Amino acid sequence: MISRLLAFLGRHIDRHLLAAVGALLLVGLITLYSASGENVGRIGAQLANIVVALTVMWIAANIPPHYLQRLALPVYVVGLLLLIAVWRYGETVNGARRWLHIGVTRIQPSELMKVAVPLALAWYFDRYEAVLKLRDFAVAGLMLLVPVVLVAKQPDLGTALIITAAGFYVIFLAGLSWKVLVGMTVAIGACVPLVWPLLHDYQRQRILTLLDPNQDPLGAGYHTIQATIALGSGGFFGKGWLNGTQAHLDFLPERSTDFIFAVFSEEFGLFGNLVLVTLFLFVIGRGLFITFNASTLFTRLLAGAITLTLFTYVFVNMGMVSGVLPVVGVPLPLISYGGTSLVSILFAMGILMSIHTHKRLVKS
Amino acid sequence: MLSRPRIFRRLAAREERAPIVLGGARRAELRDHQKELHGFQTRLVVCAGSVVAVFFLLLVRFFYLQVLQHEYYHTLAENNRITINPMIPNRGLMIDRNGAVIAHNYAAYTLEITPSKAGDLEPLINELATVVEVAPKDRKRFRKLLEEGHDFASLPIRTRLNDVEVARFAVNKYRFPGVDIRARLFRHYPNGEVASHVLGYIGRRTQADDEKLEAEGMDANYKGTEFIGKVGLEGRYEANLHGTTGFEEVETDANGRAVRTLRSTLPVSGNNLLLSLDARLQEVAERVFGERRGALVAIEPATGGVLALVSKPGYDPNQFVDGIDPQSWDMLNSSPDHPLNNRALQGVYPPGSTFKPFMALAALELGKRNPHHAIYDPGYFFLSGGGGHRYRDWKTGGHGMVDMHRSIVISCDTYYYGVAQDLGIDSIHEFIGQFGFGKRSGIDIDGEAGGLLPSQEWKMRRFQQKWFMGDTISVGIGQGYNLATPVQLAQAVSILANNGAVFRPHLVRHIQDSQTGKLTSIEVEPVGTIHLRPENLRLVRDAMIDVTRPGGTAAAAGAGAPYHFAGKTGTAQVVAMKQNEKYDERRVQERHRDHALFIAYAPAEAPTIALAVLVENGGHGASAAAPVARAVLDFFLLGKEPQLKSKGAEDASEND
Repeated sequence: MISRLLAFLGRHIDRHLLAAVGALLLVGLITLYSASGENVGRIGAQLANIVVALTVMWIAANIPPHYLQRLALPVYVVGLLLLIAVWRYGETVNGARRWLHIGVTRIQPSELMKVAVPLALAWYFDRYEAVLKLRDFAVAGLMLLVPVVLVAKQPDLGTALIITAAGFYVIFLAGLSWKVLVGMTVAIGACVPLVWPLLHDYQRQRILTLLDPNQDPLGAGYHTIQATIALGSGGFFGKGWLNGTQAHLDFLPERSTDFIFAVFSEEFGLFGNLVLVTLFLFVIGRGLFITFNASTLFTRLLAGAITLTLFTYVFVNMGMVSGVLPVVGVPLPLISYGGTSLVSILFAMGILMSIHTHKRLVKS
Repeated sequence: MLSRPRIFRRLAAREERAPIVLGGARRAELRDHQKELHGFQTRLVVCAGSVVAVFFLLLVRFFYLQVLQHEYYHTLAENNRITINPMIPNRGLMIDRNGAVIAHNYAAYTLEITPSKAGDLEPLINELATVVEVAPKDRKRFRKLLEEGHDFASLPIRTRLNDVEVARFAVNKYRFPGVDIRARLFRHYPNGEVASHVLGYIGRRTQADDEKLEAEGMDANYKGTEFIGKVGLEGRYEANLHGTTGFEEVETDANGRAVRTLRSTLPVSGNNLLLSLDARLQEVAERVFGERRGALVAIEPATGGVLALVSKPGYDPNQFVDGIDPQSWDMLNSSPDHPLNNRALQGVYPPGSTFKPFMALAALELGKRNPHHAIYDPGYFFLSGGGGHRYRDWKTGGHGMVDMHRSIVISCDTYYYGVAQDLGIDSIHEFIGQFGFGKRSGIDIDGEAGGLLPSQEWKMRRFQQKWFMGDTISVGIGQGYNLATPVQLAQAVSILANNGAVFRPHLVRHIQDSQTGKLTSIEVEPVGTIHLRPENLRLVRDAMIDVTRPGGTAAAAGAGAPYHFAGKTGTAQVVAMKQNEKYDERRVQERHRDHALFIAYAPAEAPTIALAVLVENGGHGASAAAPVARAVLDFFLLGKEPQLKSKGAEDASEND
């Protein structure tokens, strides 16, 4: 009886992926306990988030990919309309207009677009599978650009960056010609000196600070400097769990969320980082393996985009904490505290599992 | 379920490696397919390679930080604790045209607590109170600062400690970890109430200020800065005055004591404002006003630089520097005299007869009047049509024969009723608008009112009503819908003194870089020129000189002046009390009196000063406003200190 239930529950779950995800969630909880100042309430809240997110993952894993394919366009259109609504009627919190009031609760449509954009682009390319022309890429580019501009205007650069990355991966994997890619890179590079003189002084200052945080140690640079100290002082084996001074003496900002990696790194050192990076590499590798074996263009593109987006999260977050990338608000997947990011990451993991396990059904 | 063709395609795709023979077209598509899949896989491998490469680079960075640089960061983090202290820049000074400093900073000791290093705050403060005096006001302010959540700042519990208190605390310092004495700079306005409406004041930053700074991306530069310019020059030139905040990374021991400074970047002082204002002239003008309400604006015609800008009553801006107490604030806010209103910029008044010289110019330039043509003034003007209406002259019985020159000298209303009728409102609006009536002068203080120079279109827009000829007649003598601020009047008379060249009125002449001493000039270029025929200009200017001579309306004020000065009196009717004003029987009489106006420039041949004076409820322009102007001119041109007469002795030339 129990074994049958387990079999039913596990039918569409990829065990390798689940194991790695579980290990990362555990690392997250351990780090959170330290980062939150040994706050058991926080752990309870995050556990609740994990339960919800795992349920979402299970549901996603049990939805056959072609249902997603059918939903792709409607979800994208709804997401776009909501973004436009935010732009026109959104609520401003902390100087950014990201939220939309619908009756009882507030929603953040940009979060939805992280999934909706790669879905819609994969759907679009799959429709024209046989004959992809440059024109199709132009349409796809437009489908990507509109939501990105709307999100960037809110302003929410972190999310805009993630959506751009996710959409770009789909377009890249769909086979955008290398020539166009190189041409666009060169064109964007050439635009920088043209746009630079048009910016306000303070805007330029902001960009310079992003590039060199030491210029502004009291403002944007403060986070980076303190996080770098945390990492560097961790050494090879770290200061030990619950012993991070940077974290516990209040030097580190946002240490449960975006900067949780600094806490981890201070307490577990380079060794801990190696383990963490290996775990992420395993998840990403498994994702690429699933992508490689996916049976339709839609699932290939979707799985590839999901995996590489996850990689982008990890890279941008770790790069920002270690001071090689500018500070943009991107959490570390599966480790950072917070329900929204956890649910959307595990939903994406569920899609990967669904792609992997439903393929066989077609075969039989 | 999948649709049939799709299943077929999928099966076909899976078998594409098997050699199957199909029709030519079909094969081509399959080949594309296979090529596509191959391309996809190549791209995936590229991605996988990039992932590994990027993670490798991250690990290299970790290795660099955690192994190679470990010692350095270990020192930073473990042995000592580093705090980053902002170093607040000196606020720029304000210096008048003669080099007198009228806004500066002085250092004083403050007692400050760093909450993160101090223990329980409440007992700590109680303990502190046994050493130095801590008033309830100080506690309240400290609590407020604490709630606002200033991250790593040290917050003042007491400001301006005297030497005895400093010494008493120093002896007891060991008892108070996390409490320090610091020298901080305070803003000071040495002239007190003088020029308060020009200088404005600085005050504690509010939520709104913070949001604005954040939107401008300036918030980091304000770390540690508690005060920000609110109004006046302090507000308008905040970006220049503030300077750039420096910082120091300080190592501290376990008690929060600074051990050594690791690195520091010195703050850069704010830039100085060099004003066109003459502080002594300003002081004299305010002294002449005495207790009366009103405004005076004096401009240097050749540059548009403001020499004096008075709005009475004023207030002492020093009250705001350390946070104004609620009682004084309420008093300033609820006073019926509205001392916080800058009347020179925000007060709008009917210009009254000071409008007439501009009407005369309009009539001459637009060819509606021959200067030598005289009319007979019976004491009223009769507007025919629509049943007819009589508009009375201020002088019962009239002035007799009046030509243009005389119309200005004796301020004949009847003459200008006719001029207005012949010009029509839209010509008046267009021509006199050139002198700045009805639009903001652009002076460098915020909050300026625009005044009103009406037109047919304006009335339709505002009231959805047609313009009537009767409206035009009132506008002709500066009444009716006509409204101007004292700055606009001064600007208009300055243009007249300048033969039509228009300069933007401004208080700041140069911004001086605090580091290099380099001056950045605020434009002295004319922003425009009104083309006026010299003979017309001469006629009006000559008439204005005769206003201050025997026979003119301001003859008494002009008596005995060793220089020629041109002027024009005006009286503005106070139509009704403001709606929200409290009824106060004692004052109602006075508040219903007319406003007295006077515009002037001198020396008449080559003017160096042009001014407008307004005395609220002062009665007649000639008796209340012109003597103020004369005293200011005497001081400016001759250096003569005003002799203040008692109020009753003021010369009462009876009319307008």
